Amino acid sequence: GGDKFSVLLPTYNERENLPLVVWLLVRTFRQSGNNFEIIIIDDGSPDGTQEIAEQLEKIYGSDKILLRPRPRKLGLGTAYIHGMKHATGNFIVIMDADLSHHPKFIPEFIRKQKEGNFDIVSGTRYKGNGGVYGWDLKRKLISRGANFITQVLLRPGASDLTGSFRLYRKEVLQKLMEKCVSKGYVFQMEMIVRARQLGYTIGEVPISFVDRVYGESKLGGNEIVSFLKGLLTLFATT
Amino acid sequence: MTKLGQWLCGLALLGSAWAALALAPAGLRLPAPYRQALLPLPVYLLVALGCYSLATVGYRLATFNDCEEAAAELQEHIGAAREDLRRRGLRF
Repeated sequence: GGDKFSVLLPTYNERENLPLVVWLLVRTFRQSGNNFEIIIIDDGSPDGTQEIAEQLEKIYGSDKILLRPRPRKLGLGTAYIHGMKHATGNFIVIMDADLSHHPKFIPEFIRKQKEGNFDIVSGTRYKGNGGVYGWDLKRKLISRGANFITQVLLRPGASDLTGSFRLYRKEVLQKLMEKCVSKGYVFQMEMIVRARQLGYTIGEVPISFVDRVYGESKLGGNEIVSFLKGLLTLFATT
Repeated sequence: MTKLGQWLCGLALLGSAWAALALAPAGLRLPAPYRQALLPLPVYLLVALGCYSLATVGYRLATFNDCEEAAAELQEHIGAAREDLRRRGLRF
């Protein structure tokens, strides 16, 4: 048969956004004619995310909506591993479930992947007409500053290292998950760095990132410190 | 080699070249004008790199795209999604 795309959606307290992102994913894939499935990995959300996921499964069918929950918050890396175990696609899409990533870019990822036969296609906020909505000057400065330091130190060959909207060949993602050890932002960076080490090819597609959460969750000093620590670790070990 | 390793090698190479030329003993020195230019070179380079970094980050900050249309479009899509899902029986 043809290609099948498994979308991994790790969720924590996304009762509001989950039905919307699933609706957009289903519409996008039906319009583009690609075969797909959506794997929802909920980490025991107390707000009823799992319950609304069950409703979505009834509406769209259990062949399209796969529920693979976990008892509590266990981290993003293990959520990907857990999700991939149940993925029947040959390509994996990872993205945020809070509507900061719009599924409309997935057909562009697919097109780009075919164009260059890439192992990975990464959404970038920093090139072409990529960009961000909802960030003030300070947030943008931190973002550009951190990215600049990352580019100088790691010379990664990709413009957006901390982005988490990507398309992977399934076996590539599996291989990378074995090798990556970091957490948080640094985890996404490490995937790209390791991918380059292993000789995988990376294509880029400009995306828009709509941050509706920034007002409530400012980027704290803690996160900046752990980002720098992680960056220096990658600098010294890769 | 790690990136850190590459940096250390590069710095060691440049550093030893500069030291050899700038701090050479009396018999092997370059003519005075060249030595005068060479001695403060590391500091000049550092300042130049600092300026380049500031200018680059400043430029990228100024040209960071604001996705107004994307946000507006998302609002529309959210509306359509909620309506359609309600019709399909989703209880929000």
